[in-house]
Amino acid sequence: MSEFLSDQGVNVALKVRDLDFYYGTFKGLKSVSMDIAEKKVTAFIGPSGCGKSTLLRTFNRMYDLYPGQRAEGQILFHGQNTLDKGVDLNLLRARIGMVFQKPTPFPMSIYDNIAFGVRLYEDLSKADMDNRVQWALEQAALWTEVKDKLHQSGLSLSGGQQQRLCIARGVAVKPDILLLDEPTSALDPISTAKIEELVFELKNSYTIAIVTHNMQQAARVSDFTAYMYLGELIEFGVTDELFVKPKRKETEDYITGRFG
Amino acid sequence: MIDTNETVAQAMERQAAKSAKFLRQDRLFAGVTLSFASLVLLTLFGILVSLVVQAWPAFQEFGFGFFYSTTWSPTDGNFGAGIGIWGTLVTSLIALLVGVPISFGIAMFLTESCPVWLRRPLGTAIELLAGVPSIIYGFWGLFIFAPLVQDYIQPWMIRWIGEPFFGGPPLGLGIFTAGLVLALMVIPFIASVMRDVFETVPAVLKESAYGIGCTRWEVVKNIVLPYTRVGVIGGIMLGLGRALGETMAVTFVIGNANRFSLDLFDPGNSIASTLANEFAEADPTMHIPALFGLGLILFIITFVVLSISEWLIKQGEKKAGVK
Repeated sequence: MSEFLSDQGVNVALKVRDLDFYYGTFKGLKSVSMDIAEKKVTAFIGPSGCGKSTLLRTFNRMYDLYPGQRAEGQILFHGQNTLDKGVDLNLLRARIGMVFQKPTPFPMSIYDNIAFGVRLYEDLSKADMDNRVQWALEQAALWTEVKDKLHQSGLSLSGGQQQRLCIARGVAVKPDILLLDEPTSALDPISTAKIEELVFELKNSYTIAIVTHNMQQAARVSDFTAYMYLGELIEFGVTDELFVKPKRKETEDYITGRFG
Repeated sequence: MIDTNETVAQAMERQAAKSAKFLRQDRLFAGVTLSFASLVLLTLFGILVSLVVQAWPAFQEFGFGFFYSTTWSPTDGNFGAGIGIWGTLVTSLIALLVGVPISFGIAMFLTESCPVWLRRPLGTAIELLAGVPSIIYGFWGLFIFAPLVQDYIQPWMIRWIGEPFFGGPPLGLGIFTAGLVLALMVIPFIASVMRDVFETVPAVLKESAYGIGCTRWEVVKNIVLPYTRVGVIGGIMLGLGRALGETMAVTFVIGNANRFSLDLFDPGNSIASTLANEFAEADPTMHIPALFGLGLILFIITFVVLSISEWLIKQGEKKAGVK
């Protein structure tokens, strides 16, 4: 499976090898190996508790905030194992951005929500910062809706707008990879459609990994799909093939709705 | 069981009778709770009126000067609240200046970086510290802490900072030491309130900040503090309230000297401490009214402090809405 992507003629952004993950003594991921393709969308599907969010949270080591959670194995990012001790976590997270299930605008203005992350790593002039904020909001297809109220609180936006604000915030720091953890599960169908369009646009510039409960969503937006169950990677392949002609019985049961 | 023979009209009648009873109960309930609540207003008003009435002779005698005069001389019947006000405000200010940063550090450590096994013991220790009676702080302050301050802290500060506030001599007892003891007393209060409000910040909000590459400090400064501003100010004001009114511990270490001095190492007096020390043998003609006057001033100070905190919170809300 590991050589699978090079056969597809795409570059690899993240190489995951023999990854085990523990919540205390409970093993949340069992020997997962896979590649995340550069500037493609990789979707993770599977029933609740299968480890797909856990896997996503190993990519930017978000689990590190919580004592008792640990990962073993390798995640190679630009040739470096990000699970090594001494990896600069702040830098890693600036390179691998994340958007969460619920919109999480910071308690500050729309403008500052975007500028905040940029200021951490760059010294921009006022004009450059204005441009960056506009650029990020345009990337997230939110600019026209908020350009007249940049200095209102981010919390004043609707749920769907807030989520796009969070995507803009992630994009603004110019990461390599965007991790989307069920980004539409708290949104209405119209906002969902907007986010899906956005994902489609964003993959021209970013590598995207998306966890979703919604198989149709995975089928619509992704190039590659990984099906996970009970902490194991059951099947990983080109989305169209996996949905039309799954190789494994378990995958077929899940995507045809006989299970899960 | 459902009574199938009951008509709709009968059912309505039955419910109407019950409903009338519920309405009466509800009114009674509202009335009883209202009377409890009005007790608060009555007590507040009662205390205020009695303070004003009792203090009136002093205000008549000394006029507006009572509020700033720094003479407090029971022997020749000349009274001014300046020393007490100064002592109260300055000791409380020192308590906050020393106590707030430490409390903040404690709360930040407990919520952001403390290993799990240490969280409970440390949290419990803080709560225990909050429960230590003030007389213990005073006692300990007089016999253990003040000599330490005298031997180690004061000489150093006299040498390196000096006039006008730290000129000396190093007596151990005085306004400065009282402020430090008060700081120790308010830390557990402020720290535990801060810890509680820091814990209300949704994990996913903090994760999103870590997710764009923030350090712990950046997360606390830009996410946790703005999110919990109201609670943090509330916690500080709780500490300030305690510091302003603290009597026993301050009396032990402040020196109880009715002499005004800018130097914080000199002995001084606070309002609460003066009241506690002098009530027993005060002369009813002018000394007692002057003491009541002091009480009224303490009352006003706490009221002003409360109003300022409300105002700060409102300002903060405005700022968070539109920047």
